[in-house]
Amino acid sequence: KTIPEASMMETIRFTLNNKPVTLTVESDRLLLWVLRTDLSLTGTKYGCGVGLCGSCTVLVDKKAVRSCHTTIGDIKGKEVLTIEGLATDGVLHPVQKAFVDHDALQCGYCTPGMILTACSLLHENPHPSSTDIIRELDANLCRCGAHTRILEAVHAASKELKGGF
Amino acid sequence: MKDYRELEMDFMDNVPSPQIDRREFLKLGSGIFVLFTVGDFSTLAEAQQAQRSLPTDFNAFLRIGEDGRVSCYTGKIEMGQGVNTSLAQMIADELDVQPDVVDMVMGDTDLCPYDRGTFGSLTTRSFGQSLRAAGAEARRVLLELASEQLKLPMETLGTENGQVFDKSNRNNRVPYARLTQGKRIERRLSQAAIKKMPSEFKVMNKPFNRRDGVEKVTGKARYSADIQLPGMLYARILRPPAHGAKLTGVDLSGARKMKDVVVVHEGDFVAVLHKYPDVAEQALSAIQSTFSTSPSQVDDRTIFDHLLSVAGPEQVVSKEGDLPTGERASKSVIERTYLDGYKAHAPMEPHAAVANLEGSKMTVWASTQTPFPLKEEIVRELGFSPKNVRVITPYLGGGFGGKSRNLQAVEAARLAKLTGKPVQVAWTRQEEFFYDAFRPAAVVKIRSGMTASGAMSFWDYSVYFAGQRGSQHFYTIPHHSTRSFSAAPGKDAHPFATGPWRAPANNTNTFARESQIDIMAAEAGHDPLEFRLKHLPEGNMKEVLRAAAKKFGWKPAKGPSGRGYGIACGMDAGTFVATIAEVAVDKATGDVKVKRVVCAQDMGLVVNPAGATIQVEGCIMMGLGYALKEDVRFKNGAILDENFDTYEIPLFSWLPKIETVLMEKKEADPQGGGEPAII
Repeated sequence: KTIPEASMMETIRFTLNNKPVTLTVESDRLLLWVLRTDLSLTGTKYGCGVGLCGSCTVLVDKKAVRSCHTTIGDIKGKEVLTIEGLATDGVLHPVQKAFVDHDALQCGYCTPGMILTACSLLHENPHPSSTDIIRELDANLCRCGAHTRILEAVHAASKELKGGF
Repeated sequence: MKDYRELEMDFMDNVPSPQIDRREFLKLGSGIFVLFTVGDFSTLAEAQQAQRSLPTDFNAFLRIGEDGRVSCYTGKIEMGQGVNTSLAQMIADELDVQPDVVDMVMGDTDLCPYDRGTFGSLTTRSFGQSLRAAGAEARRVLLELASEQLKLPMETLGTENGQVFDKSNRNNRVPYARLTQGKRIERRLSQAAIKKMPSEFKVMNKPFNRRDGVEKVTGKARYSADIQLPGMLYARILRPPAHGAKLTGVDLSGARKMKDVVVVHEGDFVAVLHKYPDVAEQALSAIQSTFSTSPSQVDDRTIFDHLLSVAGPEQVVSKEGDLPTGERASKSVIERTYLDGYKAHAPMEPHAAVANLEGSKMTVWASTQTPFPLKEEIVRELGFSPKNVRVITPYLGGGFGGKSRNLQAVEAARLAKLTGKPVQVAWTRQEEFFYDAFRPAAVVKIRSGMTASGAMSFWDYSVYFAGQRGSQHFYTIPHHSTRSFSAAPGKDAHPFATGPWRAPANNTNTFARESQIDIMAAEAGHDPLEFRLKHLPEGNMKEVLRAAAKKFGWKPAKGPSGRGYGIACGMDAGTFVATIAEVAVDKATGDVKVKRVVCAQDMGLVVNPAGATIQVEGCIMMGLGYALKEDVRFKNGAILDENFDTYEIPLFSWLPKIETVLMEKKEADPQGGGEPAII
């Protein structure tokens, strides 16, 4: 094993939850840890560290991205949305509301990743079939077994959004 | 010393707690206090004995504040099973308040009365019943107070929506909050506290959505790793490559050169800490270390022979009749051995803890199912006095029994003590797999026989290392013997920690028993449902089997029918459960796709039918992994499954259509709901 080289500090500008952010950080640090520690946005969860579970999912330019596989340098100039930024002025986003209404969560740990993955899907495909939803969410793990309800919630959100994400 | 332990498997009873410091309870300000004693005694004699021996032992604590809000202090924790909703429903109904004025304070060892832990599906059927009694008593106290204030006899008063009212003039009413002002009334519950009759329920037995939903969909819900304190350091700890491997050499110079990295080296314990977890991770990878080879010789294939070789003397679970007599009456005898490997809990949240030492007081936030035993562990391991250790339990990202083991929290407390800084220990997924107290591998041997007419004549059942829960069969068999085996004195059974996994022991025992019943039904040329019904007395088990069969649309056919229908039944945590599945099997590969599952459950009073249904669905989904894919692979102490690429847990694409039938039994006491449907 070798001693890691100290990385270069860099000034990174991006949009986070609809607000501009400027950070001076090593650009190869993982987005997951920068969000959770430097920015105290702990809604983004660590689950597996290698992109297998989806707990750390955030939206980058409206697409679901695994923050454990994304460096802070990768999001330079981009729009990042975490679970904390989804509700506007205290009003739940339709996907969040559908998850609450359908009890589409138990322990809640996979929930931010599920919701943001569902948002990404509905943005691209406003009226997904069950097959589409299952295909999109299949790489997001839920150990409690809330799958039935999550599927129902995504369908309900799709109806509520009527294509206008 | 062993670096692991086998956790207790059979949480069949609830042991009374040690005494608690009564003064601790009196610090919380004014309001009505109701103190009540530990529950879950199967007999009145046991309850009386516990009360005699521990007269000042309280299991829960309820407060009605001057603001009208109701605080319920419980040592139970919320890990997704939904008890923060169902317990609030129970107390709200008995008190006649809206559920949304109830605040649940859970798993805080400074605020909540002692609790042995959240396991065994005991929260509703045991703690919840005591909580209801407390609510009923508090309501009576409020009526007394109102009677004095309104100068009206108690019988003329009623309660609703957090208010006492005059039955003859419903406008004459006083809110609970005003009754409690400035006063603090404390009383012990008598046995005679009268709970509401099912016909009086306004909140219980009605479906309620989870009360933590909004917090959890907005990212506001705090889990242990989300606790951040000023100056906090994230720790990464040097781990052996295999269980039983010892540190033989370590070079810390690489980590020591890194800026702002704190290095801790105490005996075999090596940790690196930094204000960022990712930098701590880099520091860990800068450490050079060597470990001895693990002495463990077993792997996931050889473990079963090993287990049988170290089994100790039998413990008789149940016995009736005479096996040789039963065997002589048998026309056919079927003998099978069932093997069940180790299973990981694999909660989405790996174990995490934050520890903070302020003066002499250690506070630990931990993802734990057992905050009070954890407190005792920290006291014991790190030499604190009990009053100087506080464990706070934020939300758990799943537990399933796995968070009954609290190594990460002891590590955090140790590092906080050594560094003098707040420390977070959050395990990686690899650490989670390595240190998980797996559901133990087990062997079940069954010999059973039938007479010429297809009546079961004897049942000879031996279970090795799973545990006794669910091992007793419930069929009509004249001659039977059930025995359980654990390790012989001085023998090591498992090469790593094992512990309770959702419905511990019962999932192995039910798998073996029900498989054997299917084989016997096929041997007899009978339909597997009818074969079961024929061997069951009238009662709850027959009812749930019939209910599941009706919902499923079961048509009798001789097994094996080739239709892909499977049926099983069992009992867990006081609940009767029958499950029927329709599967498609790829005959070339053996791959199984479960298409539809119907589950009927008799769990007595269903406090929250929505929550109970969701628990059934969760059990079935999690059970698919257990039944079809999961088995921890290991060799010579090394855990070969380190992440979800090789340890496959259920996915959306596995999702069958799940239909749940909850029997209408609201006159009966509530039973367990978080585990039965996975057996």
